[in-house]
Amino acid sequence: MFEDPLVRPFLDDSHAQFYQNCLRFTREEITPHAYAWEEAEIFPRELYEKAADAGLLGASMPEAYGGGGGDIFHLILFCEAGLWAGTTGVLVGLGSMEIALPPILALGTEEQKRRWVPPVLRGKQIAALGVTEPNTGSDVASVQTRAIRDGESYVLNGSKMFITSGVRADIVTVLARTSEDPHGGLSFFVVEKGTPGFSTSQGLKKMGWRASDTAILTFEDCRIPIENRLGDEGMGFLALMQNFERERLLLAVYGHASAEVALAEAERYARERAAFGRSIMGFQVTRHKLARMATLARACKALNYQVADAMRRGESVLEQVCAAKNFACDVALEVCDHAVQIFGGMGYMRESIVERLYRDVRLLPIGGGTSEIMNEIIAKLRGYGR
Amino acid sequence: MKILVTTKRVEHYESKIRINAQGTGIVTDGLTYMINPFDEIALEEAVRLKDEHSAEVVVVAIGTEDATQQLRTGLAIGADRAILVKATQPIDSDVAARILKAVVDREEPNLVLMGKQAIDDDANQTGQLLAEFLGWPQATFAAKTESLESEAEKQKEPAIDLDDDTATVVREIDGGLETVEIDLPAVITVDLRLNIPRYPALPNIIKAKKKPLDELTLADLGITAEPKVTVLGYEPLPERQAGVVVDNVQTLLDKLQNEAKVL
Repeated sequence: MFEDPLVRPFLDDSHAQFYQNCLRFTREEITPHAYAWEEAEIFPRELYEKAADAGLLGASMPEAYGGGGGDIFHLILFCEAGLWAGTTGVLVGLGSMEIALPPILALGTEEQKRRWVPPVLRGKQIAALGVTEPNTGSDVASVQTRAIRDGESYVLNGSKMFITSGVRADIVTVLARTSEDPHGGLSFFVVEKGTPGFSTSQGLKKMGWRASDTAILTFEDCRIPIENRLGDEGMGFLALMQNFERERLLLAVYGHASAEVALAEAERYARERAAFGRSIMGFQVTRHKLARMATLARACKALNYQVADAMRRGESVLEQVCAAKNFACDVALEVCDHAVQIFGGMGYMRESIVERLYRDVRLLPIGGGTSEIMNEIIAKLRGYGR
Repeated sequence: MKILVTTKRVEHYESKIRINAQGTGIVTDGLTYMINPFDEIALEEAVRLKDEHSAEVVVVAIGTEDATQQLRTGLAIGADRAILVKATQPIDSDVAARILKAVVDREEPNLVLMGKQAIDDDANQTGQLLAEFLGWPQATFAAKTESLESEAEKQKEPAIDLDDDTATVVREIDGGLETVEIDLPAVITVDLRLNIPRYPALPNIIKAKKKPLDELTLADLGITAEPKVTVLGYEPLPERQAGVVVDNVQTLLDKLQNEAKVL
């Protein structure tokens, strides 16, 4: 099942079996519709339920709340398998729960977890995470959305930007300011669809990740009960930082997985495509380009797996995860660019998987903390400038 | 109620099968494997019957240690126990049926459910031979009256109707369906249109590692493998020839009648 001896030590039979399920789901439920959904800039809501019925959602979340009870590698394999359909949008749409639910699981009471997590993992409800704002991206300590305590409720005012699954989300895990302290004044809340004062925009038009819906969320005197606050006031920042480690690893995984898919497509095309009387694989320049792509993809995956394994063991790998994300971004951008070049004119056509991946991976150095922020964190952790 | 189900390890249906240079077998490098899809359907049916009749489901495979992967999948899908009959030598349908008979003699199930054939050799014989060796009734090519899009299928209702002494089975036959009632114990082989097999859920995959898996040897079962079929060689299918464009219908008809001789 797992042929690469570099990755095999991290995986067991349960991973192989789960990966088979993920591949089957991708083949039967995503691949046939990938192009249409990318063009429509949305995928059917039923897909959440289908993925849940196939037991694929929340692979690494606790079984008690409807998760798979697996580890981080089960989740990684879900991402890898899904990308073979060549649409990151579907995956990040299905996967928005992977960033929206962890704050609930980390900070929530038993009652809160039971209320919000199982319906999402059953595919009945869609969850989104609301952190980024129109004026606040990677600099999360500048979050301006306010939650003012008023008796037994909070009143939310502000807006959230670029929210994946935001158009359709039934619940949003929102980061808002409960005091002026830049870090210690941030708290997480769950806001449910239909709450007066909470509205969502139409889907935003994007360069890539097209099959996913992305929205601006607006809170205007949006009143929510105090039972919707996760943890104590001021616990938001730390939970967000922990969430970021996981989110950044997943983005790094999208990087190596995109590179692997682009490489496989390019290998196939290089064998099939003829020029000057032979396949373009017959030219050394193509073979060397492919060899470099394969090398980068392998190195990227190996680093990601090592970081994931350390996270699975419960070790702190903040610097390493930032490094893995940045390296994966570089790899994905370069490999997808080469793949488009090998495809030539076909690589510029929207029906090609490599064209979609080329656009999709451009978000990786931006989302989940930019590459510049990753470098700042690495520099700080390594004690530079002190 | 005890149900025995076969889970043969076969090459994945998406694998590109290549014949080795000597023509003595296939190249196994880079192949992935799965439970024979027909056996998967049999197992799905068994698991549905298990829920309805509180039956015990036992999966059995014949082969090397590698076949434990398919048995573990069977356990993840819902079987309670697994049996691996270890064998490394070539096994034809006849030997497979004799081995299964010996397993049935030990386990004494009320029902044996198996795929009508395996997708590797496509022999379609083992179920029938097993019933013959056991002297049991058989119902082959079990199917469902309702479509696979029907509500009954969505509710995961079993298509085979069981009571303590009999099984009622809808069979696919040329041009339609036939319903038969057979006495238990019996052998039932299943066709494609019986059910849609489930995905094993991840928690069940993880728990399957703890379910019992027993290993037996042919000696344990008192069997000596003496295949009646000897494979002499394998050949790849001839490469498909390039097509030709014809000018008009008359030429097409002429070619179909006189060259292809299909009309």
